[in-house]
Amino acid sequence: MAHGTAAGSKGHAHPSYMAIFWWLAALTAVELSVPFLLQNAEGFALFVKASSLIGMAATKAVLVAMYFMHLRFESRTLAFIAGTPIVLCVFLMLMLLPDAFA
Amino acid sequence: MSHAAAVLSHADPAESPLTPESWGKLGMWVFLVGDAMSFGGLLAAYGALRLSAPDWPVPADILGIQLTAVMTFLLICTSVTMVKGLDAIRNGDRPGLVRFLMLTVVGGALFLGLQAYEWNHLMHAGGVTLTQLHGENSLFGATFFVLTGFHGLHVFSGVVYLLCIAIQGMRGKYTAESNNQVEIAGLYWHFVDLVWILIFTFVYLL
Repeated sequence: MAHGTAAGSKGHAHPSYMAIFWWLAALTAVELSVPFLLQNAEGFALFVKASSLIGMAATKAVLVAMYFMHLRFESRTLAFIAGTPIVLCVFLMLMLLPDAFA
Repeated sequence: MSHAAAVLSHADPAESPLTPESWGKLGMWVFLVGDAMSFGGLLAAYGALRLSAPDWPVPADILGIQLTAVMTFLLICTSVTMVKGLDAIRNGDRPGLVRFLMLTVVGGALFLGLQAYEWNHLMHAGGVTLTQLHGENSLFGATFFVLTGFHGLHVFSGVVYLLCIAIQGMRGKYTAESNNQVEIAGLYWHFVDLVWILIFTFVYLL
């Protein structure tokens, strides 16, 4: 994916933004097909549907953060700061699970 | 004035060790971290309410997935125009910066227009209100309107923010050497796109 990099004036090479765009567009197209392919999914099919959709959304979010927000080229400490909400939100969701299934 | 204060007043502001370009960029990242937790809290609450409801509807049966797919594609396109704008000014192309920023603003405004149409349609023809769904009490509408409304407010703020940056760009404020505020505004806009990617999946597709 990092093919076709170009040097930015900040001294680091950035990837081809259009390549990232096409990846995002393709993932969105695949995402859109999932609810139609797995209509009224239950049991294992529901698990496949949910995990594939969440996986694709997470991949898209990482692509935007890493390449459009240039997190890949920032210091590692800044990347840790940026990743903090993910840890806290997962923790929050785990803490809410008992309520969800009460 | 004490000796220390005198020295400080003449010294250049210390560089942020995390973002050597500016403190402003670090400030935006800290703001985005806090904002991400707000969205995370709303999404977690949505998940808990949905899982605890015995008869939560299938979103695709009520919400217009095709229209929202267009909105998603539009927002992805504006992310590209935003980075292209930053790339343009880093190469000294000021008209390019303004052109790409204006495209981003137009894309954001279109997104808001489509969202307004979607809300209007859902409330009048779709039977979705804050408290009811097809005449029966349901939290579906409340979670939907709060999540998409909070995001829509961010898009609106982003459109105004980028318009201000574009106007400053027209006045020649940014150059190939000095364009930090464009990058900071871009961080905000990409964050809005990133959050929509998650909302689109959790609220519309799942």
